[in-house]
Amino acid sequence: MAALLTAGALLAQQEAIKTNIVGEAGKKPSLAVPDFKGSGTQMYMAAFNSTLFGDLQNSGLFNMAPKSMFPLNNPQRPEDLRQEDNKQGLALQDWAGSPTLATHLVFGYTGVVNGVLVLYGNVYDTRQANIQSAQLMASRYTGSVDEAGAVKVAHEFANDIIQKFGGSGSLLGSRIYFVSKRSGNDELYVMDWDGNNQRPLTNLKSLLMTPGVSADGTKVAFTTFSRGTPRIMILNTETGRSLPFYNQEASMNTTPDFSPDGRQIYYSSSASGVAQIYVADINGQGFRRITHRDNAILVEPKVNPRNPNIILFVGGPGPQQIYRMNAEGADIQRVTNGEGEAGNPSWSPDGQKIAFSWTRGYQKGDWNVFVMDVGSGQYTQLTHSEGRNENPVWAPDGRHLAFASNRTGRSQIYTMLADGSQVKQLTTQGANRSPVWGLK
Amino acid sequence: MKNYSQVKVSRYTSIFLTAILAVFAVGCGGKKTPVPPPPVPPMDNSGNITPAPSTQKPVVAEFVAEPSSVERGQTAQLRWNVTGSSDVAINNGIGTVPVSGTRRITPNETTTYTLTATGPGGSTTATTTVSVTAPAPPPAPSVNTTDRTKGTIESRVQSDLQDVLFDYDSNNIQESARQILMADAAALKQIFADFPTATIIIEGHCDERGSAEYNLGLGDRRASSTREFLAQQGVPVDRLKTISYGKERPVCTEATESCYQRNRRAHFASGQ
Repeated sequence: MAALLTAGALLAQQEAIKTNIVGEAGKKPSLAVPDFKGSGTQMYMAAFNSTLFGDLQNSGLFNMAPKSMFPLNNPQRPEDLRQEDNKQGLALQDWAGSPTLATHLVFGYTGVVNGVLVLYGNVYDTRQANIQSAQLMASRYTGSVDEAGAVKVAHEFANDIIQKFGGSGSLLGSRIYFVSKRSGNDELYVMDWDGNNQRPLTNLKSLLMTPGVSADGTKVAFTTFSRGTPRIMILNTETGRSLPFYNQEASMNTTPDFSPDGRQIYYSSSASGVAQIYVADINGQGFRRITHRDNAILVEPKVNPRNPNIILFVGGPGPQQIYRMNAEGADIQRVTNGEGEAGNPSWSPDGQKIAFSWTRGYQKGDWNVFVMDVGSGQYTQLTHSEGRNENPVWAPDGRHLAFASNRTGRSQIYTMLADGSQVKQLTTQGANRSPVWGLK
Repeated sequence: MKNYSQVKVSRYTSIFLTAILAVFAVGCGGKKTPVPPPPVPPMDNSGNITPAPSTQKPVVAEFVAEPSSVERGQTAQLRWNVTGSSDVAINNGIGTVPVSGTRRITPNETTTYTLTATGPGGSTTATTTVSVTAPAPPPAPSVNTTDRTKGTIESRVQSDLQDVLFDYDSNNIQESARQILMADAAALKQIFADFPTATIIIEGHCDERGSAEYNLGLGDRRASSTREFLAQQGVPVDRLKTISYGKERPVCTEATESCYQRNRRAHFASGQ
């Protein structure tokens, strides 16, 4: 995808856009995104405009200036803008001033060239006096001459704008794997990041739990009871076929987690008589015990995506909490503060934060989603007992979370921004839980 | 097969004829003309005398029941064949029948049927008996029955093995659980003796409040703790399997302490 390929080049440009990076309270850029018109493509522009506006709004990176506050005329091409010494053309400053108060203007149009739909898209900083230094982006995108093509170029343009403003990673093309009981039995399902195209990947007709997806999105592992006791199974996400995995002799092998390089699997096994953390090759061979904490039940190993020597796990002794250790199983420290019960840790893509489930402040079984900065230990509560809220996982863009909540009475999958806002329900059919978010 | 009546005709006939002759010889006086002797009745090769048709009793050539033994509720068939009769009847409610024929019968108990054939020569009876036996008892319904007195393995597991309950977030065998497990141990030994190839599964379960992942590990520990205790009581462990269902298979779903306690259990099931 073009968006992902430019991610590397984008890092170099981050310096120029420091003040626009998300995280600085109250300093989100304010985008004015008027409706684009189409030449020979006007019938597709409703879909185009709602896609462009929606993607930018959903990113959580921007304040979106309300369209009712826009000036009457908007430019379509850079030459429509008034040059410095010229009284003709539209004034960029009109967009910066009241009532629009935009920091940036997104404008352009679509047309047909040689049977191809072309989008000309521009982003200008409205606060610059010099028209040349105001230009941030002037890009061209192509697609088929139909609604799908218009939507495609809108997604790509929005994605590039998000990248430009320091949002690394993208939701575009990413998928969420989850467990659904809508057929009557647990099966592993997959859907697009926005909840479209929900479909089953398995037909095992028995209990299924704890999915985990590899960093490159090509493999998904999970616990299945299809052979009697809980065992680990791995599927190729593109073909749906199972990959070989040797389950060691144990009454329980569960909670599989891929190492960041995709060459190893960490999991919990009861082989020693009580659940402990093991590591093995991707096919299950060469397994090795890592933890020796026999007075505790240990599950859910989670390897830091930027540092394979930091591994989280959940367990005791005592009520379940989240701990960290190194790859040898040493240097164990508790991450949560011991209150209530904690579980379901998920690393952010930059390896700095975890999202997790915690009952702190509530009764046993009353779970909420929290985010913690692992370095400082500071945490934020994102849900507030609207039912049970569990299994939060980060999206590849590092700004969204998916999680499961039974706030409507039955467990469903939701997404939200990592500040708890923009909660969206993605599933409605049957009971759905345990989401994991893959690049594809 | 024909039944030949063995009627002793020759002696009586000759005495009769001699008597007739004597009457003629004495009663006629005057002339003493000799009377030729009456013709001697013809004799067949066997030495028997063929009886004159008009004076014969009916002959029941055949009167059988097929099969001659049935289970209660099953049907048999009577078959008969009578000669020399114009009036044939069978008892037990059958009544008049043709001289030969068949009739289906479903007797409730062992019954003897009597056929009476009447003709100018007299009447003849014949009998045949249908034995009725009670049907065989149906087999016991369960697949795993070895002996009706032992019950099935599933019914024994259900009635003889009681759940073991646990405290929250614990797999320790509490004092009250010990009592139950001692009884379970004795019952298990008996079950294993009665069913030499059976295996029993110990399921570990949890209440709904912990996370599903952690509860899978906890349920596993509850099952294996139970198994360890039973091993110490001498129950053969190679026949005891364990499985954890975490909180995925609750017996109740109310958010109450009593329902939570019911779910925190080790449960026994028959292995297949």
